[in-house]
Amino acid sequence: MSDKKNWPLYEVFIRSKNGLSHKHVGSLHAADAEMAIENARDVYTRRSEGISIWVVESKYITASSPEESESLFDPANDKVYRHPTFYNIPDEVKHM
Amino acid sequence: MTQEQKFQAKIDEEIRIEPKDWMPEAYRKTLIRQISQHAHSEIVGMLPEGNWITRAPSLRRKVALLAKVQDEAGHGLYLYSAAETLGAERDDMIEDLHSGKAKYSSIFNYPTLTWADIGAIGWLVDGAAIMNQVPLCRCSYGPYARAMVRVCKEESFHQRQGYEIMLTLAKGTEEQKAMAQDALNRWWWPSLMMFGPNDKDSKHTQQSMDWKIKRFTNDELRQRFVDMTVPQAEYLGLTVPDPDIKWNEEEGHYDFGKINWEEFWNVVKGNGPCNKQRIRARKKAYDDGAWVREAAMAYAEKRRKRSEAEAGIKVA
Repeated sequence: MSDKKNWPLYEVFIRSKNGLSHKHVGSLHAADAEMAIENARDVYTRRSEGISIWVVESKYITASSPEESESLFDPANDKVYRHPTFYNIPDEVKHM
Repeated sequence: MTQEQKFQAKIDEEIRIEPKDWMPEAYRKTLIRQISQHAHSEIVGMLPEGNWITRAPSLRRKVALLAKVQDEAGHGLYLYSAAETLGAERDDMIEDLHSGKAKYSSIFNYPTLTWADIGAIGWLVDGAAIMNQVPLCRCSYGPYARAMVRVCKEESFHQRQGYEIMLTLAKGTEEQKAMAQDALNRWWWPSLMMFGPNDKDSKHTQQSMDWKIKRFTNDELRQRFVDMTVPQAEYLGLTVPDPDIKWNEEEGHYDFGKINWEEFWNVVKGNGPCNKQRIRARKKAYDDGAWVREAAMAYAEKRRKRSEAEAGIKVA
């Protein structure tokens, strides 16, 4: 395996325009966060894809595991009462 | 159901596979091989075109070529980044390229002898690449598919700038037209080879189709490319260097001649006109840049220690 000469890996998030959230676009290597921003500008925004960049070193991201996805997300499936269509309202009642 | 069956069921349902999902080792290996070789092709692909940046015939052509070569670097980086989500290390991939263990598209082992080659590369080589890459936007592996969406968006400018160069030359003086024809003569067959061996000789095709890494076979994509490109050559008033090219009314396709596979395998094995030169250039760029990478790392380290020390003083 590698002898760890790689620059650290950064994940890159781009806000494409004001009013939208930053969205993950990919990753890149850089010596530090400042350089990661500069590289991200060249790699991910050559055609005006963004107006703001976030970078975070990949090792600082904690992700949920696909093995836990049942226990994390399935409980929401049987809670139909969290959705507006669960409630019966006569058609004559407007604006609801 | 075994894990492998569950995995295949997801693929069959068109559910994308993401980095942390369970996957068969062979799927992971196949993807690392394919994505890293794709990345290497983008990076080595900068060399033949970079050859003409300083000699572009006008400023308009020069800015376009610069932007295109910069895009190729970007495409390489998107792809390395996708391969890294599978656990591949950047240094290992680069090392495999330099040692010859990893391959890259053989087309980049041909030389760019005249300015017309820049036109032919954009038109034919990028045209063939688009044909390969558009179906990869629906590849079963999420990060690869997403990288391909970005690549394809940028690639169509490449093909158009190439065709425009060919069009200008083809409408120019006799000498310019001859230059365009010569470039077409030299790039046509290597472009057809870009799609890889015939289906019957392609050892990876069936498994990659089952895993939905590939959506079409080599021969299907090659046929589409021929069907698309022959009329474009006719519009230029140039002749495709294949006497067997003929519209087949019954099939609704162009028939074309036999590909010289001996040449293909010879170039793959390292005996093409520029194989050694390309790898030498890549190694030199990497080695000459070593001190920059080390200095940047040392500087980042120094700044980190300083800011930690300052934070320490504040706490005290």
